[in-house]
Amino acid sequence: MTLFIEQCLNGLQFGLLLFLLAAGLTLVFGIMDLVNLAHGSLYMIGAYFAATFAAWTGSFVLGAVLGLAATLVVGMAVEVIVMRRLYGRDHLDHVLGTFGLILFFDEAVRLIWGPEGLRLPLPRWLNMSVQILPGVQYSAYKLSIIVVTLAAAAFLYVLVMRTRIGMLIRAGASNREMVGALGVNIKLLYTLVFGLGAALAGLAGLMQAPSLTVQIGMGENIIILAFVITVIGGIGSIRGAFVAAILVGFLDTLGRAFFPDLLRMVLSPDAASTAAPALSSMLIYLLMAIVLVARPEGLFPVSRK
Amino acid sequence: MSEPLLQVSNLAKRFEGIVACDDLALNVAAGDLHAVIGPNGAGKTTLISQLGGQVAPDSGRIRFAGNDITRLPMFRRSQLGLARSFQITSLFLDLSVLDNVALAVQAHAGHSFHFWRDARAEPELREPARAALQRMGLNARADRPASALSHGEHRQLELAMALAGNPRMLLLDEPMAGLGPEESARMVEMLRALKRELTILLVEHDMEAVFALADRITVLVYGRVIATGSPSDIRANDEVRQAYLGEAEAEAARHG
Amino acid sequence: MTPSLTVRNVAIVALLAALVLLPLYTGLTGNRFLLTLFTRILILALAATSLNLILGYGGMMSFGHAAYLGIGGYSVGMLAHEGIVSGFVQWPVALGASALFALIVGALSLRTRGVYFIMITLAFAQMAYYVCAGLARYGGDDGLTIYQRSQFVTPIDLSNKTQFYYVCLALLCASIYLVWRLMNSRFGMVIQGSRSNDLRMRAIGFPTYRYRLICFVIAGTLCGLAGALLANHTDFVDPAMMYWTRSGDLIIMVVLGGVASPFGPLIGAVALLVLEEVLSGITEYWQIILGPMLLLVVLFARGGIDGLLQKVRAKGRI
Repeated sequence: MTLFIEQCLNGLQFGLLLFLLAAGLTLVFGIMDLVNLAHGSLYMIGAYFAATFAAWTGSFVLGAVLGLAATLVVGMAVEVIVMRRLYGRDHLDHVLGTFGLILFFDEAVRLIWGPEGLRLPLPRWLNMSVQILPGVQYSAYKLSIIVVTLAAAAFLYVLVMRTRIGMLIRAGASNREMVGALGVNIKLLYTLVFGLGAALAGLAGLMQAPSLTVQIGMGENIIILAFVITVIGGIGSIRGAFVAAILVGFLDTLGRAFFPDLLRMVLSPDAASTAAPALSSMLIYLLMAIVLVARPEGLFPVSRK
Repeated sequence: MSEPLLQVSNLAKRFEGIVACDDLALNVAAGDLHAVIGPNGAGKTTLISQLGGQVAPDSGRIRFAGNDITRLPMFRRSQLGLARSFQITSLFLDLSVLDNVALAVQAHAGHSFHFWRDARAEPELREPARAALQRMGLNARADRPASALSHGEHRQLELAMALAGNPRMLLLDEPMAGLGPEESARMVEMLRALKRELTILLVEHDMEAVFALADRITVLVYGRVIATGSPSDIRANDEVRQAYLGEAEAEAARHG
Repeated sequence: MTPSLTVRNVAIVALLAALVLLPLYTGLTGNRFLLTLFTRILILALAATSLNLILGYGGMMSFGHAAYLGIGGYSVGMLAHEGIVSGFVQWPVALGASALFALIVGALSLRTRGVYFIMITLAFAQMAYYVCAGLARYGGDDGLTIYQRSQFVTPIDLSNKTQFYYVCLALLCASIYLVWRLMNSRFGMVIQGSRSNDLRMRAIGFPTYRYRLICFVIAGTLCGLAGALLANHTDFVDPAMMYWTRSGDLIIMVVLGGVASPFGPLIGAVALLVLEEVLSGITEYWQIILGPMLLLVVLFARGGIDGLLQKVRAKGRI
């Protein structure tokens, strides 16, 4: 039972982390109609910056804050230098252009930080277990991820639903030309939105960093999940991204944890252990396939003009 | 009294709170040129889109040549003989003019699961295509890319493609949109000639053209039919005048 | 269509001639590396040609095409591992498996468009990657070594590098010819029309979905063939050959060479791989140049190299 609770929490934590990544992606697509394959690179950069700053300052939190700020700056710079030239173009152009960015960032990181990868060690106050329920221990670090990501999600909610900027964002998502016609400084809005997306990706990266090695190409793996989530949730919908991310997080974590056992009940132990890892990894794609058949625009499609 | 070629009953469509089509009924007799007019926003293009299959109605029925086509996909309606031209030019801009029309011919020339033979060398596709272009006066432009044509030529190509499949009925959505006076006059003549061959549902703003060509006219306001009848009936109809010209002028017309 | 003596046509003939004569050159100079490099180029050119069918001509932005390289490759690898080394069994299995996967993915994905389509094809391809990486019996992440190449009837010996090179060249040329004929047929016209304006195609009476699905399956199958060849070439298969960024490499080849042109993918493959070799000789960080270079191509040279060559014809008649 405790294992189940723990895995549920893991699923929640993973889902929330994925939400941060997917939210940026879906926001940028919804508002600027831009397919950004290099979103994972921002995730990687966030991790690299945080690891570097943490090593320099000796403080995990300071490293994280500075890393986040640096990723925000890089994100906005990328928007101004590259993305602006891609707006309004064919999606294939976006795909190719941002793919080129991935190549560039991977090499740039290798140039600056070397091929080895970095570590971002946890401070003592996170590197311990906390008792959340009688008899149930859970990692303080993972708990902090849940707290921070929920806070970020809440921040995003307040920003999008309750502020003027948020209103512009929502308006821009459903009718781009109109917002421009209203005299709003579209260029600035776009830069800020992209920067926000970059910051969210960077935050996800630096929070994930302690549990993995910070290495080149770490973004390419996880970005696929972000894509699956945006498709399931509905491209352009943050609410959809949230629901889909939690779903995917749970399905993937619980699936990997318990599916092999389920298989063993049905198949021979040999067949089960051969098939299990392969089949468990298929689960989220099966979910995506099912959603596509039932609702091709995703769970919460954003109606657009 | 034979069954009308096109029968529309109780057609309704809402777009997020806006009623585009409200309990709409329309019958088009075979051989007629039936015009649909109405102020902007009256739902004329929505009507054509529902007839053509681009938009699915919320409720109501559409019968064409005795078949219920309400839920039929676009390509089936075309295969049944119901062709459509688009208000905003919808062509294959990166293909040649001849290729554009040849494709329209190909759609009605059997299946396209031919993987080897050069389609551009098939006389059963190229000849009718050239003939259609000839008819529209576009044969000199046959080998140019469609993107190189002027707006007026685009409208002609639109029509050529709609005709290439030898349809029984044509849904024309503002064929004269954006045309100058000379080009409009030519289009009217073209439509007059076409009238003799097929049934036409014409949506137009150009009143001269409408009254010159139509056998029957339906007036739409805010998605509802407010009048249907012969051109003279419509001209004399008070409600129609009000809708188009406003109360004051309707008053003036009555007293003047 | 009578071929004319244009810069572009001359360049292509020259390229083909060079490719045919290459083994003679490498035989004389003993430059084995060049033969290996160009065998790889030919195989990837085949993969890119298959992608061009759906991407270039069909306008279907599939970002999951490398999956078929993996499926074809693993078919050969897995069967070889189980002791079945006959090419007459392995290759049809490779083609069949690729066709089946393409059918399923296509059937689901082609109901969507634009960004959804890109992401869905990417996701399914990545799924295939994870499935293969999870197969511990066949090496999992580390990959699978192939100890014996596909066996055919006696004169054909794929372990002879020169022979293998010519087999690849022959298959590549056959594929380019196939694509050319296919895209100019009635079927190809439907595919091209669908790329240009799918709504209009359906309005004039074409049930485009089924044609695009068939095109998708043909493209996948052809790429599966490339996968089988690749497995033989490297004597090794691993999941990395189907990782999603490899699909990006294929797309680069198609776009760089020239979209919707039968020789574009070959030109692109040659250009990209030769460029990689040259650049990596200059600096180990060559990808830093490749990335922005790709961006520039996208922004300024959309017709690719083939497009540029054709423009030369327009300016100066030769």
